[in-house]
Amino acid sequence: MSELDRTRPETFFSNRFNVTPASMEQLLGDTLARRVDDADIYLEYRVNEELVLEENVVKKASRHVSQGAGVRAQAGARTGYAHTDDISIRNLGDAARQARAIADRAGQSGTLALGGRGRPHDLYGLAEPPIVTELARKLELLRKVDAACRATDPRVKQVIVSLASEEIVMLIATASGWTVGDVRPLTRLNVTAIAEEGARREIGTFGGGGRVSFDFYLEAQRWKRFASEAARQAALKLSAVDAPAGTMTVVLGPGWPGILLHEAIGHGLEGDFNRKGVSAFAGRIGQKVASELVTVVDDGTIANRRGSLNVDDEGTPTGRTVLIENGLLRGYLQDRLNARLMGMAPTGNGRRESFAYPPLPRMTNTFMLAGQDDPADIISSVDRGLYAVSFGGGQVDITNGKFVFSASEAYLIENGRVTRPVKGATLIGNGPDALTRVSRVGHDLALDEGIGTCGKDGQSVPVGVGLPTIRLDEMTIGGTAV
Amino acid sequence: MTDVDTGLLASVLRRAAERGATAADGFLVEDTSFSASVRLGQVDTVTHSREQRLSIRVFAGRASAAASTSDLSRSSLERVVDEATALARVTAEDPYAGLPDPAELIDRVPDLALEDREAGEPAPEEKIEIARRAEAAALAVDPRITNSEGAEYFDRRARYAYATSAGFARGYATSSYGITVTPVASQNGEMQRDAWYTTARRRRALEDAEAVGRTAAARALRRLGARKVKTAEVPVIFDPDTAASLVRAIAGAASGPSLYRRASFLLDRLGTRVAAPAVTIVDDGCLEAALGSRPFDGEGLATRRTAVVQEGVLASYLLDTYSARKLGLASTHHASRDGTGVGVGTTNLMLLPGSDTPEALIRSVKRGLYVTDLIGFGVNGVTGDYSRGAAGLWIDDGELAYPVEEVTVAGNLLEMLDRVEGIGNDLVLRDRTASPTLKIARMVVAGN
Repeated sequence: MSELDRTRPETFFSNRFNVTPASMEQLLGDTLARRVDDADIYLEYRVNEELVLEENVVKKASRHVSQGAGVRAQAGARTGYAHTDDISIRNLGDAARQARAIADRAGQSGTLALGGRGRPHDLYGLAEPPIVTELARKLELLRKVDAACRATDPRVKQVIVSLASEEIVMLIATASGWTVGDVRPLTRLNVTAIAEEGARREIGTFGGGGRVSFDFYLEAQRWKRFASEAARQAALKLSAVDAPAGTMTVVLGPGWPGILLHEAIGHGLEGDFNRKGVSAFAGRIGQKVASELVTVVDDGTIANRRGSLNVDDEGTPTGRTVLIENGLLRGYLQDRLNARLMGMAPTGNGRRESFAYPPLPRMTNTFMLAGQDDPADIISSVDRGLYAVSFGGGQVDITNGKFVFSASEAYLIENGRVTRPVKGATLIGNGPDALTRVSRVGHDLALDEGIGTCGKDGQSVPVGVGLPTIRLDEMTIGGTAV
Repeated sequence: MTDVDTGLLASVLRRAAERGATAADGFLVEDTSFSASVRLGQVDTVTHSREQRLSIRVFAGRASAAASTSDLSRSSLERVVDEATALARVTAEDPYAGLPDPAELIDRVPDLALEDREAGEPAPEEKIEIARRAEAAALAVDPRITNSEGAEYFDRRARYAYATSAGFARGYATSSYGITVTPVASQNGEMQRDAWYTTARRRRALEDAEAVGRTAAARALRRLGARKVKTAEVPVIFDPDTAASLVRAIAGAASGPSLYRRASFLLDRLGTRVAAPAVTIVDDGCLEAALGSRPFDGEGLATRRTAVVQEGVLASYLLDTYSARKLGLASTHHASRDGTGVGVGTTNLMLLPGSDTPEALIRSVKRGLYVTDLIGFGVNGVTGDYSRGAAGLWIDDGELAYPVEEVTVAGNLLEMLDRVEGIGNDLVLRDRTASPTLKIARMVVAGN
């Protein structure tokens, strides 16, 4: 993206499309102000690059450019949204009139929403963003990862390494006269290993990244750890036994198993579901929804994290929101629309996949604060249970609260000791009740390596999770060993 | 058929050749869509959108790279071509890379009736009214329908064009329409939501909006009073929608990229029995007016009917040109362009019906689970290991007895296919993938 002026989004969009903050504000004023409760114009320019190594060589390379603008008008609970991938003042005007039609169909209060103002953070200013790092260095890294993965275990027969790099330049102008931009780097290195032994074949995956420069992968030979972890996981599963089926105590390891929080409570605390009263957590602020050992926060302000943002996609600076404090439900995750309708403050959680979608309340980095216990003691406290250290995806039905997440690396705990690895299995629970079963919390809080992507209403956004080692009494494990 | 402008593609491919590409192909998608959602009778969100994306693949000898852009300005297109050709120079040679044999490209594009040509586009207000009627019908079914996540109407028109550097250029146009309703039922502090939808190529082929709303309400209501069950190995019956997800998983394992990466439980199984003899799975891209149909695939090859599983035997993989060459086979014309590259995609994928009514299948179970909803991602395409969250109804003495939730169903897809003990006669192609009701002789249901 050498041609990209990354100094200021205002300058970028003005130079490239002749759309300036002044012209956006004028459009908002002329077309939308006084007729709606809130309105904004969002401009986005995105470059993605992906390199894939398989069968020892880099055979796939691709580069993609997306650009577009979304115009939103809101009146009461109604949202009009129009987007176009042809950024010009004329098209923005057309989109604004389409979006405004929503307000013309019903009465309007005529008051504009305020809020959202505040200083953007500076969480990921990089001397060299990953998208501009020269290809030769990236290709060399992929080859080294491939070799390291294969060298970890001779049973590794297939290695796929991908390196994705992205940069988004966004600029948002709101009807309350607030224009703010952001330049967002993002990168992820992913390693997949397939190990074979006899007729048995297993897959292991590991990866990480964040809003960091390419050198992140070289620090402390992180790339090598990713490579060997993928190989180790695949090889380990070759000897895995069937997972148990039924209810038992579960110990979750630190880091990525924090996906539990994302599914069990995070989605259920998003403002839209609670405003509509369709979340299992609706109307439960102040109530006990977890053991007193549990404090959970959503924090979009951690430097260089995959889930972090300087401002959200509505221009509100991100924050640290306490969701559960010592077991009590404290807060919701809000965008501007739902905050306005619920009489609460936006929390900087209004996010969208791209200009093609209106924002929704979404998580950033969601994690549980550390407790007092030694992780080894937590494991030895369990007679018979499951110790799960890595997971695939999860999902939740926010209305009845039932959630699942699938273990990809797990072991039996027998007489207080970690013993045999078990095959992948889905864990299922009930959001409002799952965290009441937390009986031990370790002092080893870790955030994940930077791999999470969350889907909602067809929109994907990068997120983070984190967890110390915890013990959950009685979870249902969906294995096959009865 | 609406004319699709292939001139832009042709000029892009010419530039690639000037920049040193030995071959190239490109795909152009333009679409316009509208959606309106209504919640509790009030308009919630109305979206208008217009999108376009041009994607190209360039070859420098046997090395290749891909690029795409939504910015179709001249300067942007030139940059994209230059970047792709530069990328192709740094990727490795691959003896299997290349375009399909030009002699195999589609000649005459058939009219598959994929575009609604009826005159008289309704105004946005009328479309909003369709969503409103659908939701109102759901809310009126029962006083226990107390809330709603809303109802949505959408329509979309798209044009596709494909061209190669050898001068091939063809296009086609499609439309699609849909209505979804998601009501919430509640009783004694318990809340359950469910959804129902209709989708079609022609507006008139949509199910009646009010009928969709009533079905959605009935689905939410039947979940009220749900409980966990004891862990047991029992027969499991998947309803058509959840059974379709199994068919999708099988197609994923049969797709070329999974196979040449050795990441599939169907590896080395071609021509062998992988399912009970009653199981036949076909992919048919030529069905008139069907949602998964397309006249040609993402590489200009005519779509057709492929039996993936024929009477229990794995009869074909699903391949694009590249994965076919790698496996020493011929493309099955399943290349898909998703705007970012070339992969493998199914068209209209179906498990063919048997002779049992769904009621007879349920009656054949003494104690078991009838699955109506699945959540989570617990399907391992490499091993076939399967473990997902489920909700549905408990079967007791051949009758649907009470709703069940917070359980998992687990097994292995190969074992499940082998244990297919009954196939319903209720196949309806209401989406891109469809299955009749499917009975698996036994799976592990984990609960209390």
